[in-house]
Amino acid sequence: MTKIPVHLDINGRHHELQLEPRVTLLDALRDRLGLTGTKKGCDHGQCGACTVHVDGERVLACLMLAAQAEGRTITTIEGLAREGELHPVQAAFLEQDAFQCGYCTSGQIMSAVACIREGHAGSDEEIREYMAGNLCRCGAYPHIVAAVRQAALEAAS
Amino acid sequence: MRDFSYLRATSADAARQTAALPGAMLLAGGTTLIDLAKCGIAEPDTLVDITHLEGLDRIEIDERGAIIGALATMSHVADHADIKGRFPAISEALWQAASAQIRNMATIGGNLMQRTRCPYFRDPSNFAACNKREPGSGCSAIGGVTRGHAVLGTSEACIAMYPGDLATALVAFDATVHLGDRRILVDDFFLLPGTTPDKEHAIEPGEMITAIEIPSSAAVRRSTYLKVRDRQSYEFAAASAAVGLELEADGRTIRDLRVALGGVATKPWRARAVEDALKGKMLEPEAVRAASLLAVEGAVDHGANHYKIELAPRVVARAILKMGETA
Repeated sequence: MTKIPVHLDINGRHHELQLEPRVTLLDALRDRLGLTGTKKGCDHGQCGACTVHVDGERVLACLMLAAQAEGRTITTIEGLAREGELHPVQAAFLEQDAFQCGYCTSGQIMSAVACIREGHAGSDEEIREYMAGNLCRCGAYPHIVAAVRQAALEAAS
Repeated sequence: MRDFSYLRATSADAARQTAALPGAMLLAGGTTLIDLAKCGIAEPDTLVDITHLEGLDRIEIDERGAIIGALATMSHVADHADIKGRFPAISEALWQAASAQIRNMATIGGNLMQRTRCPYFRDPSNFAACNKREPGSGCSAIGGVTRGHAVLGTSEACIAMYPGDLATALVAFDATVHLGDRRILVDDFFLLPGTTPDKEHAIEPGEMITAIEIPSSAAVRRSTYLKVRDRQSYEFAAASAAVGLELEADGRTIRDLRVALGGVATKPWRARAVEDALKGKMLEPEAVRAASLLAVEGAVDHGANHYKIELAPRVVARAILKMGETA
């Protein structure tokens, strides 16, 4: 199929790509732009490893065509830190030891940043509900909840 | 995923007309369609992206009811203050569905068009027989692993369960689908499988869902969506119930009752027999439990899904009694 021009605005940088229409945002990020912090887990919208922000809202990059994201503002895990300083949610994940293998972590962190911003991190129960779209095969959930709780408290103070 | 051409719609009318061409499909949130394209089930030649159309995501609420634009996302509707306050079962059905990420992408119109999660339907490379995919090819689920399959509304051709939560709440409260100027009850929009399980929705080529409309009622104002499932979140229903309750001034006699079931039927399932048995009666646990058994009248199991026939009435009774406590 003929490639189409797709302009993507990612982490404050503008990218011009020629893509087959079927290319997902996830594959564009990883395979065309070398932004491999966003992970491919199930590739079917079931695991949350590919969570990124589009216009500030968390979405699954595996179920969105890159072409659909044109004209939107995209943020990936690579765009969270500011001038070498970790985002507070990244720092909280380190402090709380909220991962083992780390494969789900970038998705967990992108999801957590949005979860806190949405106001859905008010209690452990609410954090568990609103972080349910991010699976962790290592089972680091108690520490993930602790990290989100810590970052939410910091954001509120 | 097979390749396709991609068009960005410039207007709703242009989108409708383009999507009516052979091989073309509308693309909204993509959470069903892109998934099914990867599974080799949807094989569009052209996708018409409507997510950038302006004005189709509006949520308008007045004393008559709510009109929700087809492109409103699940998360925006679930979090809308007036939907939470005046149509609580709708908000609850939405936030208990899917995940936060999917709810940010998936639209209300697309939600009504979501397909079954029947594992045989979703796996064409291992299971050639599926009357929903290939009419006349047979049903791999019948005689297979049926724990997640329907017990109500099934046919010899198909026992696939309708997996959605929102539509279950919509049928309980007489919501309608707007297909441009044509209006149809959500209950009539979803079709029983019968001998044509490939035809799931009463929508024709050239039509597009533009909005859903939920009429106001005392019952929907006092409503809930109770979802029971294998894990606490991010899971389809083992059985669910949308319930709305209106009591007489005495606070004990049932004036109006709405009941619909999810997770157990081939389409969103209005349980009118339960409603009729309890209207005019006192709200008492024994009467509610007895009437709730009518929810599964005519149910047929296929072995491993037998538990749904016991579970569904309990979910219905618990939801009604919970509403009774919120005086």
